Amino acid sequence: MAKKLISVTVNGKLEERAVEPRTLLIHFLREELNLTGAHIGCETSHCGACTVDVDGVSVKSCTHLAVQCDGAHVTTVEGLANKGVLHAVQEGFYKEHGLQCGFCTPGMLMRASNFLKENPNPSEDEIRMGMSGNLCRCTGYQNIVKAVQYAARKLQEAPAA
Amino acid sequence: MIPPKFDYHAPKSVAEAVALLEQLGSEAKLLAGGHSLLPMMKLRFAQPEHLIDLNRIPELRGICLDGDTVVIGAMTVENELIASEVLRERVPLLGEAARLIADPQVRNRGTIGGDIAHGDPGNDHPALSLVCDAQFVLQGPNGRRTVDAHGFFLGTYMTQLEESEVMVAIRIPSFATHSGWAYEKLKRKTGDWATAGCAVVLRRSGDVVSHIRIGLTNVAPTALRAEAAEQALLGQPFTDENIARAVAAAIAITDPADDLRGDPEYKTAMAGVMVKRALNTAWARSA
Ligand SMILES: Cc1cc2nc3c(=O)[nH]c(=O)nc-3n(C[C@H](O)[C@H](O)[C@H](O)COP(=O)(O)OP(=O)(O)OC[C@H]3O[C@@H](n4cnc5c(N)ncnc54)[C@H](O)[C@@H]3O)c2cc1C
Ligand code: FES
Ligand code: FES
Repeated sequence: MAKKLISVTVNGKLEERAVEPRTLLIHFLREELNLTGAHIGCETSHCGACTVDVDGVSVKSCTHLAVQCDGAHVTTVEGLANKGVLHAVQEGFYKEHGLQCGFCTPGMLMRASNFLKENPNPSEDEIRMGMSGNLCRCTGYQNIVKAVQYAARKLQEAPAA
Repeated sequence: MIPPKFDYHAPKSVAEAVALLEQLGSEAKLLAGGHSLLPMMKLRFAQPEHLIDLNRIPELRGICLDGDTVVIGAMTVENELIASEVLRERVPLLGEAARLIADPQVRNRGTIGGDIAHGDPGNDHPALSLVCDAQFVLQGPNGRRTVDAHGFFLGTYMTQLEESEVMVAIRIPSFATHSGWAYEKLKRKTGDWATAGCAVVLRRSGDVVSHIRIGLTNVAPTALRAEAAEQALLGQPFTDENIARAVAAAIAITDPADDLRGDPEYKTAMAGVMVKRALNTAWARSA
């Protein structure tokens, strides 16, 4: 059960570590790299709290092995803001009250930012479908949808944020 | 929850993966999208000593045409099925049904090959491949063989796939003109497996059904092809009476498990509802 050496670019920074093959990406991020933004919710790939980007696509990091990320680019919620300026989805969740306890929010933000790349001008139905892998237990989805709509408008006005 | 310990292998070709399977025997498992296997490992339902990751084998991905047959690499993920123009034109059922599988993140990882090879009666691709007359290309130590979807599913988690074989591709003939198709899936929430599901592909000649396949999801230990139900409509006009005979014949072969999605009686009734809806949608589209 030898450890494997992996190099992963996380939020723009190259990280080299020896990992046990069974180490899940979520534990690698939280425990090896101290990036505790991505949360562990259900651990069974249902809730989406652990969502991060791996090579540009949304992935549930509780169901992905760290060794599989050798050579990959990973973005977590810590990498979303640009030099202290909130990403449009972060601003949207803040302005539209898209969170209460905040537990689901890192996953929501990562999924929303990726979804708006897939579909920059979505309908409400498309937002609900695109965000359907993320559960929220307290805010309710109304304001989350509004937050994504806010971000979509903002990104359309000022592209390449 | 962390999976049990294992050694990790990342072959670069199918031949290399097959060689590893042969060498490591029953202690090894293939890792595709990991969205069935890793959860099972976390729960200790599976404890392979070796995982052979298929993700670094480019030849296993992508969708192309071989004459009139659509060839889908086993490692093609659900979201690629949804996005595929070739599928939309040739086998529109597949992308449409893939939208009903799991959720966006899972669809970025879960593969069509893994969904089929897993042999889980709750998975949607087995019934879909039955109604599409799909064939599976399997590569083992003695080369490749091609098997029909019909007859491939032997029991829960049991298929014709041998221990040292890799599923390489799924081959599906393009739908003929005047085909209609539908996948009806009852689920409790987005991202859930089916309480009951029904896939239909049919063809119309005038007022008569000239070709028909009916497949059922999650109402028996394997996906089912409802052949007696097909016979109730084949060569017949699409009347309420014939639809009712088909529904009754489909219901007769179900054997659903009692679980949180419902008891057998409920699931059987819902299977009937799904069959009727899928038949009606498919017929309406076949005009
Ligand atoms: C929250 C959630 C919801 C889901 N909902 C649905 C749903 O609604 N419908 C549905 O159909 N599925 C659903 N799934 C299952 C999901 O689609 C899985 O991705 C799929 O069942 C397995 O595909 P995989 O690529 O992830 O395979 P893996 O989990 O990697 O592998 C599954 C099994 O197949 C074997 N295998 C994989 N690829 C090959 C190959 N090429 N050749 C030979 N053997 C192979 C593996 O060894 C393993 O035994 C859901 C999963 C989750 C986590
Ligand atoms: S913790 Fe990964 S999906 Fe819930
Ligand atoms: S804000 Fe509390 S779970 Fe979503």
